[in-house]
Amino acid sequence: MANNPVQESVEQHALRMVNIEKYFGLVHALTNINLEVGRNEIVGLIGDNGAGKSTLVKILTGVFPPTSGELYVAGRKIDFRRYNVQSAHAHGIETVYQDKSLGEKQVLWRNFFIGREIVNRLGFIDVKKEKAIANEIMVNTIGFRSKGITVDSNVSQLSGGERQGIAIGRAMHFEADLIILDEPTVALSLKEVAKVINFVHKIKEGGKASIYISHSIPDVYEVSDRFIVLDRGEIGASIPKKDISLKDLDGFLLDYAHGLKDKERS
Amino acid sequence: MNSVRSLFKFLGRLEGLAIAMVLLVLYIALILAAPAVFTHPLIYISFLETVPPTLIAALGLTLVITAGEIDLSFPAVVSLSGFALSWGWKTFDPAYGAWIGIGLALAAGALVGYINGVMVARIGVPSIMATLAANFFWYGISILLAGGLQVTLKGSEDNFVHELFVGRLFGSVPVQAFWALGLAVLLWFILNRHKFGEGIMFIGDNANVARVMGVNVEATRIRLFALHGMIAAFSGIIVTLDIGVFYPDQGNFLLPAMASVFVGGTSIAGGAGSIFGTVFGSYIIGSLAAGVVATTISGYWVQVVEGVVMAAVIVLNAATGKGNMAALSSRFRHWGAPVPANPAHELLPKDDTAPN
Repeated sequence: MANNPVQESVEQHALRMVNIEKYFGLVHALTNINLEVGRNEIVGLIGDNGAGKSTLVKILTGVFPPTSGELYVAGRKIDFRRYNVQSAHAHGIETVYQDKSLGEKQVLWRNFFIGREIVNRLGFIDVKKEKAIANEIMVNTIGFRSKGITVDSNVSQLSGGERQGIAIGRAMHFEADLIILDEPTVALSLKEVAKVINFVHKIKEGGKASIYISHSIPDVYEVSDRFIVLDRGEIGASIPKKDISLKDLDGFLLDYAHGLKDKERS
Repeated sequence: MNSVRSLFKFLGRLEGLAIAMVLLVLYIALILAAPAVFTHPLIYISFLETVPPTLIAALGLTLVITAGEIDLSFPAVVSLSGFALSWGWKTFDPAYGAWIGIGLALAAGALVGYINGVMVARIGVPSIMATLAANFFWYGISILLAGGLQVTLKGSEDNFVHELFVGRLFGSVPVQAFWALGLAVLLWFILNRHKFGEGIMFIGDNANVARVMGVNVEATRIRLFALHGMIAAFSGIIVTLDIGVFYPDQGNFLLPAMASVFVGGTSIAGGAGSIFGTVFGSYIIGSLAAGVVATTISGYWVQVVEGVVMAAVIVLNAATGKGNMAALSSRFRHWGAPVPANPAHELLPKDDTAPN
C-alpha cells in the first residue's frame, strides 16, 4: 500500500508518514511508523513517557530528520535536507507548544504576525492592517471573550488557556494544513484546560486537521476523532472514537501500561 | 470624564514622557539652585553640543539592550572611526578627503560590529565577553594606527562637512543635536514599525519563540551589532569634527551612555526598549555634572549626585513600568497591613519615636 501512493488518496490527507524510522545511535526510537491524518481530522496521539511522541513531533516540525522514511504534507513530499523549523511553516505545519509559542512582553497583534509581518517594500509593518486581522481572528476565528483584552493587550495579561487560544488562532489564520498541539494543557488549571479544548473544537469547525498530544486521556478523548497509541516507538493501535468509549480507552491503555498487550501479541 | 481618561491613555502611550518630566524637574531644580547659569540659553546650547555623541551611541545601544544583548565595544569604535576620518582628511585633498574619511569610519564601525555579531550569533560567545574583548582589541588597534598621537583636522572650520554635521543653525544651535534627534526618530520607526525591530523585541523577549516563529535570530543579531557599530562610528565622526582633533581616548563615555539607556527606561531584561526615553535620559545624564558644579556645591559631589539621581530614576522606572505598579502596591499593602497588629511596634524603644 505504501509502495504505490495513489494520487487521490494522497490528496485526502493533511499528513502521511510512510515507514518512518529513527535511530539515535543504536537506540531504535521509532519503528516503521505509518500514519495518516485526514484533511479535517483531529488525531489524538497517546503514549507513555519514552513512547516516541516527542521524537515524532520533532520530525514533523523539522527539528531533526528521520533516519529513513517519507513524509507527505497535504500531498507534497517533504525534502528532509531542506526541511527545518522555519520552513515547516511554509509547508503548512504549525505547532502550539506548552510554552515558547508567544513573546510574553509583546502585544497580541505583534504575536499574531511575528515572522510573517505584513510589510511594505521597505519592510515597514502595516500596523493598522495587522491589528484589524488580529482582531478578526480573536473575535471570529477563536471566539475570544475575555473582557478588557484587545489586540493591544500584552501577552502577560492573558491566562494560560487564553495564550494557547491565541497560538491556535494564529495557526488557523495562516492556513495551516496541520496544527500540532504538543501538550498544550500542561500546567493549566481545569478551567483553562476547558478553554483550550474549546479552542481545539474551533480547529475542527474551521475545517483543519490537528494532532493532539496530551497525557490527559479525557482531554484527548473529548477532542479527537481517532486515537493513535504509540508504544515503545511503534504504533500499537489506531482506534476511531466511535468504536470505543472513554472508559474502554482508559482500560485499553492501562492494559498497555501493564504489558498485557505484549502477552496477547506473543 | 471620558475625555480625561482618553487623554491619560494618550499620554501613557507617549514614549519617554515620564523621563521627560524628570528632565523638566531637574532643569527647574537647577534654575532654582543656580539661576545665574540656568536662566541663560548658553548652558542649554552647550548641552546640545556635548550630549549628542553620547546620545547617538546610546540610541544604538538601546536596540542592542532591547535584543537582550550588550555592546561594550562602542568606545573603541568611536576612537577607531575618528582615526579613520582623520586619516582620510589628512591623506587626501580635504574637499573630498573628508568624505573618504567618513566612508572609512562608517565601514570600520560596521566591520567591528559585524565581527561582534558573528562572535555572538554564530560562535555563541556571550555578548558581554565578546564586546569587552573587542573594545580592548580595537582601541589598541586605534592607538597603534595613530601611534598614540592625536591628529588635527586642518582647516576643518572652513570645510562643508564640518558645517553639515557640527555647524551652528541660526548662528547658535548646534546641528549635531538635530542629527541625533533625526537618528532617534529613524530608530524609533525601525524598532517599532519595522520587521527588523519586531525581531529585535521578540529575540530579547524569548529567542526560542522568535526562532520557532520564523525570525532569523542569528542574522538579526549580526545585523544589529553591525548597525550599532555604524551608529557608534557616526558618534565618533561627530566628536572628531566637533573638536577638530582626533584623539584615541575620545570614546570615553561607555558608562554615561549605558546610564542614559537605563535611566531612559529600557530594561536590561530585554524585550522592550524606549528610544525617546534614551533621548531624555542622555540629557539628564549629560546635564548633571555641569548642573552640580553650577550650583556651587563642591565639584567632589558631582558623582554622588549623579549616582543618586540615576538610582532614583531607575527605581521610578521599575515602579511605574507596565504591570509593575500592581506588584508594587501589593508590596506596600503587605508592608502596611501587619503594622497595627505588629507586636514589635509596641516594643520599639521610646527613643526611636518621633519627638513630640
